[in-house]
Amino acid sequence: MAQSVQEKVIAIIAEQAVLEPSDVKMDATLEELGIDSLGLVESIFAIEEAFDISVPFNANDPQASGFDISSVAAIVAAVEGLVAQQAA
Amino acid sequence: MKRVVITGAGTINALAHDVAGTIAAFREGRCGITDLDIRDKERLSIQIGGQVHNWDPEAHFNRQQIVLYDKFTQFTLLAAREAVAQSGLTFAGSLGLEAGVILGTAGGGVNTWDENYRVVYEEGKNRVHPFVVPKLMNNAAASHISMEFQLRGPSFTVATACASSNHAMGQAFNMVRSGMSRVMLTGGSEAMLCFGGIKAWEGLRVMSKDACRPFSLNRNGMVQGEGAAIFVFEEYEHARARGADILAEVIGFAMTSDASDIVMPSKLGAARAIEGALRDAKLNPEAVGYINAHGTGTAANDKTECAAVADVFGHHADRLMISSTKSMHGHLIGGTGAVELLACILALREGVIAPTIGYEEPDPECALDVVPNVAREARVDVVLSNAFAFGGLNAVLALRRV
Repeated sequence: MAQSVQEKVIAIIAEQAVLEPSDVKMDATLEELGIDSLGLVESIFAIEEAFDISVPFNANDPQASGFDISSVAAIVAAVEGLVAQQAA
Repeated sequence: MKRVVITGAGTINALAHDVAGTIAAFREGRCGITDLDIRDKERLSIQIGGQVHNWDPEAHFNRQQIVLYDKFTQFTLLAAREAVAQSGLTFAGSLGLEAGVILGTAGGGVNTWDENYRVVYEEGKNRVHPFVVPKLMNNAAASHISMEFQLRGPSFTVATACASSNHAMGQAFNMVRSGMSRVMLTGGSEAMLCFGGIKAWEGLRVMSKDACRPFSLNRNGMVQGEGAAIFVFEEYEHARARGADILAEVIGFAMTSDASDIVMPSKLGAARAIEGALRDAKLNPEAVGYINAHGTGTAANDKTECAAVADVFGHHADRLMISSTKSMHGHLIGGTGAVELLACILALREGVIAPTIGYEEPDPECALDVVPNVAREARVDVVLSNAFAFGGLNAVLALRRV
């Protein structure tokens, strides 16, 4: 069975954080997982490649980018939104 | 120790194809950042840049030269001709043996890489032009300067990303100061505004899609530029003896390494470089009237740079002026410090401080006098020019009015 968006996003974040996917909790922040600004930019690139989407993100002002990165759950939701938009 | 003065300047950049036009743009606070005019632009998410428009290489070089000169070499030679003409020097005799060239460039012949990768990867051809290597190599521009002007002393190229020009000019300064050379041509050049050169930067997610607004709260990234600036650094007694017009004196230089992160700037590394330049020039911090900032317009650089300046200068940080002309000509990467040195010379020689344009909202983390939007008349005796590169390599120059 194909991986869900959530599973794929968690796998990407886990790889970046050098953790097992089971250790990536949905309410964790990237900071808590030890992912710095470079790690974040790399994760977003990996997400874009995995889902063939374009994520609106400017490292100068992550909050204003319209892509919520405040927690793993927020990122999953944002990616699901972008995937749905693309399918529509 | 010899004294070192600047006796010639030349440039081409998004604002103008010469020094006079660039200075006029600095005075007016004019923006040279426009929509890009390059191949495959529609596949870029970044659509603006400080591009040199109306560039006609055939007006300056013959066919045999053009096949050997990448755009970064063309820009360099044009700027060098202007600088040498202003200096009034000729190097054909013995002076050439005591003269060299040190240039900064981050990418060298990026357009040549780009065009020839297209040929072999996109078009599937198996043959490239015989001069691809001598055209793209980072030292090509320095070598062509040495040939055009018969500079037969020490010459090389420095590549330290966004600090390349300042590192290069610092080396040239120390060579003349130590007596190793009598005259050095120095500065920097960059021509990275092609599909591959912009696409690479897009990846980092630090580029603005609309404008370069250094120190402004709503800044949203850097904007790439292109061009070159070249200066004649000359030993003071030599310049005085021949009655040369002295544009400014170079009095100090320092470089430091953050040794911490490949892209994030460090306040400590920047502050140590600024302090080092003051120490090298034997200056009290209070002597400094103006700082030409690195001021890239990224969130991280501008607040780190302001914090470093506040740390080094204490109360005097509120009295000095600091501006970023990248808001007008864009970030020329390896060539940027050289073009920005023109704003330092303008401040010292004409008492005009080039503004930080595009400034819209104060940022409490950049609470210095950034000379917002409009140039200002002010007499300054000593200026600094900052450059802080990716890789944590910092280089600061100090100059004085003569």
